[in-house]
Amino acid sequence: MEEKGTLRVKTGLAEMLKGGVIMDVTTPEQAMIAEEAGAVAVMALERVPADIRAAGGVARMADPGVIEAIMEAVTIPVMAKARIGHFVEAQILEALGVDYIDESEVLTPADEKNHIDKWRFTVPFVCGAINLGEALRRIGEGAAMIRTKGEAGTGNVVEAVRHMRTINAEIARLTVTPRDELMSVAKELGAPYDLVCWVAENGRLPVVNFSAGGIATPADAALMMQLGADGVFVGSGIFKSEDPASRARAIVRAVTHYDDPKVLAEVSRGIGKAMAGMEITEIGPENLIQFRGW
Amino acid sequence: MKKPTIGVLALQGAVREHLQMLERTGARGVALRYPAELHLCSALIIPGGESTTIGKLMIACGFLGEVRELVREGMPVYGTCAGLIMLASRLVDGDQPLLGLMDITARRNAYGRQVDSFEADLRIEGIEDDGRPFRAVFIRAPWIEEVGPAVKVLGEYRGRAVIAREDGMLVSAFHPELTRDDRIHRYFLRMVEGAEGQ
Repeated sequence: MEEKGTLRVKTGLAEMLKGGVIMDVTTPEQAMIAEEAGAVAVMALERVPADIRAAGGVARMADPGVIEAIMEAVTIPVMAKARIGHFVEAQILEALGVDYIDESEVLTPADEKNHIDKWRFTVPFVCGAINLGEALRRIGEGAAMIRTKGEAGTGNVVEAVRHMRTINAEIARLTVTPRDELMSVAKELGAPYDLVCWVAENGRLPVVNFSAGGIATPADAALMMQLGADGVFVGSGIFKSEDPASRARAIVRAVTHYDDPKVLAEVSRGIGKAMAGMEITEIGPENLIQFRGW
Repeated sequence: MKKPTIGVLALQGAVREHLQMLERTGARGVALRYPAELHLCSALIIPGGESTTIGKLMIACGFLGEVRELVREGMPVYGTCAGLIMLASRLVDGDQPLLGLMDITARRNAYGRQVDSFEADLRIEGIEDDGRPFRAVFIRAPWIEEVGPAVKVLGEYRGRAVIAREDGMLVSAFHPELTRDDRIHRYFLRMVEGAEGQ
């Protein structure tokens, strides 16, 4: 019997994206530049996070026309963002035929308590997390892929590093926690008990984990890979830089050869200026995007 | 008997799953990031991933010519999904770098987008048959549109060839590495042993 939308089919696409770079794009032209540079997928948006941050106001799902034009322009998978908890935006994105939905903190949340029940969809979801408990809650709701949040639109990798190190440390701790303490840990993390047990046994998340939020250079991308990311999302970092095509190509190479400093040196040369970037303390805690999501 | 060493092209994609599958079948799997490492291997697996990405990286990293030469000299190779596309000689539409080694025409994303991805039971010729069908996972998968006279189709789904062999080359449109069924990997290892015995 033929079955669509099984967990294996949903997580399987994320497995195929491993070792790759997923790039934010706002036009078909940018999507083609990303594909030509070797992106494994693109995220179709109306504005990149840096512009969303600058514009303020309510950030919503992109215009379906923008998403469809991008889907027409490339053959690689196309992802799109829905607001946290906005299951109707997700229904619309599924009807458009996008390949992955990002239930994303970069957009303004639509529900301050509940995320989307992702089990009800055939299309797979990726969700952000800043720690293990959050990652496992999202997986419990049906997310087939996780990305650490970082701080989107800043071009500053420090939060991405914090979130990856946090999750790694929490996983490492679980692997040495006696089995009879795991329920207590599950309570403390606010995470489903069976997923906590799975992580304790296997020493990793049950789905692919990419890094996002602040990656601006090939070195940033390689840093996140060396810290254990399965791949990277680059948002504003490419199309807010001086020479997007060269930078995109360089970041793709850097993710493949993340542990070879000679290759990293070679690809980092002559790719123009990176996006300017922001110091996190200047943003102010009330404007941090990473704390959206529950 | 000495374990054969199988290289898994590790530029992008589902590398870990193939390495785990090889370990389970008693072979030694190694992840390859540099063309020189090909010479340590008696066979090659090109994994699933994004075929445009893998094709571009094979050129950027100097793999394309080297793999072509070794496979033409008789090195067995197995390509899954994106690997099938890379080994094909022709694509129905689109242009991207190909190895062009196997006499097949591939159609990319033949079943549609991700919402059309699926799993289904197949009958496959040549693998150990214990009465079980093979649960095949198709993810934005290609199919084989046409095959040359030297190509043997080992399995079809809804009238389209989805697994085929030509001499030392094996391709599947689906992903056995995402399941626990190792019969296709065992079949490939028998091909590798056969090639070594010659």
